[in-house]
Amino acid sequence: MNVIIMGCGRVGARLAGILDAEGHKVTILDTDPYSFRRIPPNFAGKALIGSGTDEDALRKAGIEEADVFIAVTQGDNRNVMATQIAKHIFNVPRGICRIYDPIREEMYRELGLETISPTKVGAQLLREVIGG
Amino acid sequence: MYIVVVGGGEVGYYLAKILLSDGHEVLVLEKERRRTEFVAEELGEVIVRGDGCEARTLEEVGTGRADMLIAVTGDDEDNLVACQVAKHKFNVRRTIARIKDPRHKLLFEKLGIDTTVSNTELILAHIERELPAHSLIPLLKLRGRELALIEVRILPGSTTVGRRLGDFRLPEKSLVSLIIGKDKNPQIPSPDTILEEGDQIVAVTRSGDEDALRVALTGLGDRDWGD
Repeated sequence: MNVIIMGCGRVGARLAGILDAEGHKVTILDTDPYSFRRIPPNFAGKALIGSGTDEDALRKAGIEEADVFIAVTQGDNRNVMATQIAKHIFNVPRGICRIYDPIREEMYRELGLETISPTKVGAQLLREVIGG
Repeated sequence: MYIVVVGGGEVGYYLAKILLSDGHEVLVLEKERRRTEFVAEELGEVIVRGDGCEARTLEEVGTGRADMLIAVTGDDEDNLVACQVAKHKFNVRRTIARIKDPRHKLLFEKLGIDTTVSNTELILAHIERELPAHSLIPLLKLRGRELALIEVRILPGSTTVGRRLGDFRLPEKSLVSLIIGKDKNPQIPSPDTILEEGDQIVAVTRSGDEDALRVALTGLGDRDWGD
């Protein structure tokens, strides 16, 4: 698979490492080059400075050939906008988007994005850990 | 009309002021406490502190009964999400977004935002207004109806100066709705209105007919109006 990840925080960098180790073609984007320190040393993919809401930066990252676009920056709205650009402007087959706010997460799922709310998932996991 | 404005910065503040003086019911949402307090001092109880992208906040201010939501924060992504939440959660009929990056216009249109306003485009329109060579200024594309609102200027040398409006052959479905003369006085034209040099004409026409209407009103062909 050809994967573009927007946001090189802990989650983005770790996901990039996993996909890369599995042999996928990975490009990771972040506006802050300092964030690239989180990428594992043996990473064979590309790390590019740029914003995922900037169409030119996305083109440089090879969005026209991407199979999957994943947005995991800290901003829900930025993730939502970038994923919609990937899907609606560049016709990327799959757009996956992290949205902390559960209400927005459900709305955008209804609108056709693949969404994950760490708030919901985290709370549910903790509930299971508590047991009883 | 009840209008929700998202973003109480300079744009939001002046917009709210104008809308209020036009007699509309207005509510402004602003995230920052200090800014909220400042606007509240100036405009009164029309501003609430809160995130206009959050469904709960929008619900609290009664977005469900809003006729229009206008998102004018400084971030394109926030404006997009505020409009989308208004549309999909609250069925707000008309949403308007300010965009900073004019390249985002297509995305906003594809996602059903009714109107986008870009500073860059406005500045370009102003520059064009100053350039006499451009006698046609597109004011607004009326979406869904395939109509465009345009402004045409009657420049010196136009062969239509001194002629009756009723004698012009305009493209089908075109309507000259307003003429602003040199004296800056706007008037609703009749077929007997005589065009004068310096007139600004506001007209509605079908998209694609803008140039034909300009040629009809100014008498100037494409080659005559510079490049």
